[in-house]
Amino acid sequence: MRVSADTLRLAVPVASFLLLLGGVFFLQPRTMSYNGLHLLFNLAVPIALATIAQMLIMAVNDLDLSMGTFVSFVACVAATYLHDTPLMGVLILLAAIATYAALGVVIYLRNLPSIVVTLGMSFVWAGLAVLILPVPGGTAPEWARAVMISKPPLVPMAIVASALLAVFAHLLIMRSSLGVLIRGVGGNQRSVQRAGWSILVARASAYALAASFAVAAGICLVGLTTSADANIALRYTLLSIAGVIFGGGEFTGGRISPIGAVIGALTLTLAGSFLSFLRISPDWQIGAQGAILIMVLALRLLLNRLESKGRVA
Amino acid sequence: MTLPPPAVLEVADAAVRFGEVRALDGVSLSILPGECIGLVGHNGAGKSTIVSVINGGLTPQQGEIFSDGTRMAPYGIGVARSRGVRCVFQELSLCPNLSIIENTRIMHRSLGGFAWRRRAQGIISPSLDAIFPGHGIDIRGHVGALSIAQRQMVEIAMAFSDAGQPPRLVILDEPTSSLDAGLSAQLLAHVRRFVAGGGAVILISHMLNEILETASRIVVMKDGKIVAERGERGFDHASLVEAMGSAARDQAAARSATAVTRSVLRLALPKGRSFRAFKGEVVGLAGLGGHGQTQLLLALFDMHSPQWWPRRDPAVTFVAGDRRENGIFDLWSILKNMTVASMGEMSRRGFVQDRAEAARGVEWKARIDIRTPDMNNPILSLSGGNQQKVLFARALSTRAPVVLMDDPMRGVDVGTKHEVYGMIRAEAEAGRTFVWYSTETEEMQLCDRVLVFREGAIVAELTGDAISEHSILRASFEGEAA
Amino acid sequence: MKSLMAKPWIWSFVAALSVWLATIGVTAGASFVGLSQAALTFAAFSVLVGIGQMFVITLGPGNIDLSVPATMTLAGTVALKFMDGHNGLIVHGLIIALAVGIGVGVLNYALIKALRIPPIIATLSMSFIVQSAAIWTNRGLRIKPPQALADFTTSTSFGIPNIALLALLISIVAWVLLHRTPYGRWIAAIGQSLPAARMAGIAVDGNRFVTYLLCASLAAVCGYLLACFSGGAALNMGAEYLLMSIAVVVIGGTAVAGGDSNVPGIWGASLFMFLVVSMLNTYGLGAGVRLIMTGAIIIAVILLASGRKAGAR
Repeated sequence: MRVSADTLRLAVPVASFLLLLGGVFFLQPRTMSYNGLHLLFNLAVPIALATIAQMLIMAVNDLDLSMGTFVSFVACVAATYLHDTPLMGVLILLAAIATYAALGVVIYLRNLPSIVVTLGMSFVWAGLAVLILPVPGGTAPEWARAVMISKPPLVPMAIVASALLAVFAHLLIMRSSLGVLIRGVGGNQRSVQRAGWSILVARASAYALAASFAVAAGICLVGLTTSADANIALRYTLLSIAGVIFGGGEFTGGRISPIGAVIGALTLTLAGSFLSFLRISPDWQIGAQGAILIMVLALRLLLNRLESKGRVA
Repeated sequence: MTLPPPAVLEVADAAVRFGEVRALDGVSLSILPGECIGLVGHNGAGKSTIVSVINGGLTPQQGEIFSDGTRMAPYGIGVARSRGVRCVFQELSLCPNLSIIENTRIMHRSLGGFAWRRRAQGIISPSLDAIFPGHGIDIRGHVGALSIAQRQMVEIAMAFSDAGQPPRLVILDEPTSSLDAGLSAQLLAHVRRFVAGGGAVILISHMLNEILETASRIVVMKDGKIVAERGERGFDHASLVEAMGSAARDQAAARSATAVTRSVLRLALPKGRSFRAFKGEVVGLAGLGGHGQTQLLLALFDMHSPQWWPRRDPAVTFVAGDRRENGIFDLWSILKNMTVASMGEMSRRGFVQDRAEAARGVEWKARIDIRTPDMNNPILSLSGGNQQKVLFARALSTRAPVVLMDDPMRGVDVGTKHEVYGMIRAEAEAGRTFVWYSTETEEMQLCDRVLVFREGAIVAELTGDAISEHSILRASFEGEAA
Repeated sequence: MKSLMAKPWIWSFVAALSVWLATIGVTAGASFVGLSQAALTFAAFSVLVGIGQMFVITLGPGNIDLSVPATMTLAGTVALKFMDGHNGLIVHGLIIALAVGIGVGVLNYALIKALRIPPIIATLSMSFIVQSAAIWTNRGLRIKPPQALADFTTSTSFGIPNIALLALLISIVAWVLLHRTPYGRWIAAIGQSLPAARMAGIAVDGNRFVTYLLCASLAAVCGYLLACFSGGAALNMGAEYLLMSIAVVVIGGTAVAGGDSNVPGIWGASLFMFLVVSMLNTYGLGAGVRLIMTGAIIIAVILLASGRKAGAR
């Protein structure tokens, strides 16, 4: 049976995930319970959502360095406006999504580097977040809270949510025409343009979808933590990038995997717990994340070399 | 009495100029349904240009396009597609990260809606099966995993596929370059079937026997014009090669045989004989474009160029033909563009000597006649030909004993060409070695030795009087020897 | 005069001057000396890291060093720990800091070249590892800098802060490197077109390697000085400087796509950024507005610069 390259790529994150899970269970058998799994993974849900958002940006060959501040901004909006004056909150979030779409278009039209533009935007989102919540506070909307603390039978909410997200993202990005268009733009923009498609619409859609997932991430995060502050999700920038890469995605070429990205996010969350169970000093936990990313990329290089050797010219 | 069917596409008196170069010089071509036109010609004949005009990718400065008797204005890629024009280029246009089915979706915008995958499969699969029975390609796999031959097969199948807008004219530009003999035969058989069913095909190929077997009409182009046009029985291999050449020209002064000197360059090639160059020699690389000449130059360059530590004196220097890609630095002045390869010479104790640089600029401005009032003007203020002169000056002004040239005379005016030829000759006599890839036969006649490339290998080595357009053409095109 | 107006960095100085006047105006000239000295001091630190970042950005699109804050922190921490307050070890401390910088630079380029990791991700991952190393070295103890050094960094000569004089000296060296040496030509060539640079016989890898070393070393020196200035190495001392190092380069008129950089602009931009913050503080506007303005300025500058025509350089 021929194994496709995509399946091979998924093998790394799945294998690492299972290995880590096994490791965690071994080190701390009490996690092998409903509550244990719930605690292990509930913070993974917003991270997974942010990872899918970053994945959409990477699908069109860009990179979003403002993911962390944007999610923090959304969290602040959710904990204040969305709770107090829902209509205003919704309008603000819609405006934010529209801004993202505009960014995607401007970057294309003026041929700007997405790194620097998103870097600039990260200041803007950070500033807005600070204006809304200069000190930690706010209250999560009831419905967000309810979803995040829900206890479905048998399987913890986090696992259910992650699975649903993976399936939904997969259907949207890998099976629909829009998804094909977005990935096509990342793969060979010129050909897509020559076939008569509007690159503008494709990129605006990719960015708008990404922003929508990021908004969901912010709301879920607030649902979990019940209050928010302006710096609540700053580490999401690197985590989301790492998650996409870990799950088999690439920086250019439009080659991404939603299921891989979700597994990547789960694995990275798990890695944090694994390291603390290993009693690795918290000093080194951040470093470990960097090291993991490097190892994954090194492994990727190896796999790519093998793949191109297997392909006969 | 029945009227002849209207031409699927007709180009009337098209002319295209790129700066000084006349890529098309008044070409009229009409393509009728049910015919396969074999388009042949040497480098720069205008084949790619006329094809671009036909598929809407290029708007001619002069000339008109008709489809089914109706004048098409404006014409473009979208209009061409709607008239049933499809094109398979040498450069692949698939998205490597998508599957074949998904690529089909991209190609056919109207396929949208529910269950489009099944419909897409129903479009591409029959096409692939019809052209290449027994192909063994998995439609659901993604294109990046396919071999080059398989990707080419998919591209061809896409062009012939029918998604509600049947193809009426399919242009195939060197379609068999990545296919083996069996697959090529399958393709050509399909072309014959397609044409018999009322479709039209334009076939460009350097394999003359393919053209002779498949085309119902053969069109020969040279220097932007159509020079011969005959039905299928009108040509044989020899007469075709003959037609591609020009009438006898003033033969440039035959090169005097130089004494054999020591070897300065050697490189083994994947196929065929290895490459060697001797001190003081001008070695020409000939043959159709894209058959390994540039790769050889790049390989020679990489072998002798530093990547980590700058050398005081470079061993090889390079004159790029594609100046946008490999040559000029847009933001810089003419002077800086010129001296960038000689920084070692231009500096003392780690600092750039302005005066030495300016002097170098003055010297070469005069020597190679760079038309500019001030060498500190931006490089982009120069015409294309003058920019090319700067690239020459950059290479020739270094102390490298070997100069590699990648078809550098494109777009350069005749006067300058002759000046540079003289310079090359003089430097070679003084001991400098030149490896010169050119698509112009008259330049090959200035070389001591010419190596003709075909499909990545050196297929002929010509010296002295044997260097002629005829012998180069014969070696470039595959088929039975005359 | 006309050629002065055409220089890309002139606008950053005009902007800085405007803001300076606006701030002095509000306080009716009372803050003249204090503001100016503070501006020069804080700008000096931004300038040091900005110069390093400028060299890396010159290399072309995608080249950026995100490990700057972590390198600053590690260098400051290690150097201070080694010197342990002894005046006699000041030079040794500097050498240690430089060694840290060179080490990080080597590792950065090793990841970029050997593992083919994009510079953003390579330097980002390294920053995590380096930050962990800094945390581990620090162990919560706040070691004081040697007294002589602390005095030096906090005092002035001829009314100008010593730090600013040092930064000025380094700026002059950087300017010479950029405009008067083959190295400066080579990296500008690489930034404009890597293939053309290679075909012009430039040793691309060597030049890129040296540039990443330079950036990391400057970050290390900045960390060394900042730690002494602040009375100790704090673990978050580099946090602001990441975005600041990139912002001052961009706002100073350096081309984001590479190949066209300038040193004076970094000074203008650093002064400008500091003065904007002071002005906003003087007018009573908080951190939120400051952040938003910073981001908006960066984006505005790139948008304007993307329309700028290339002149003779």
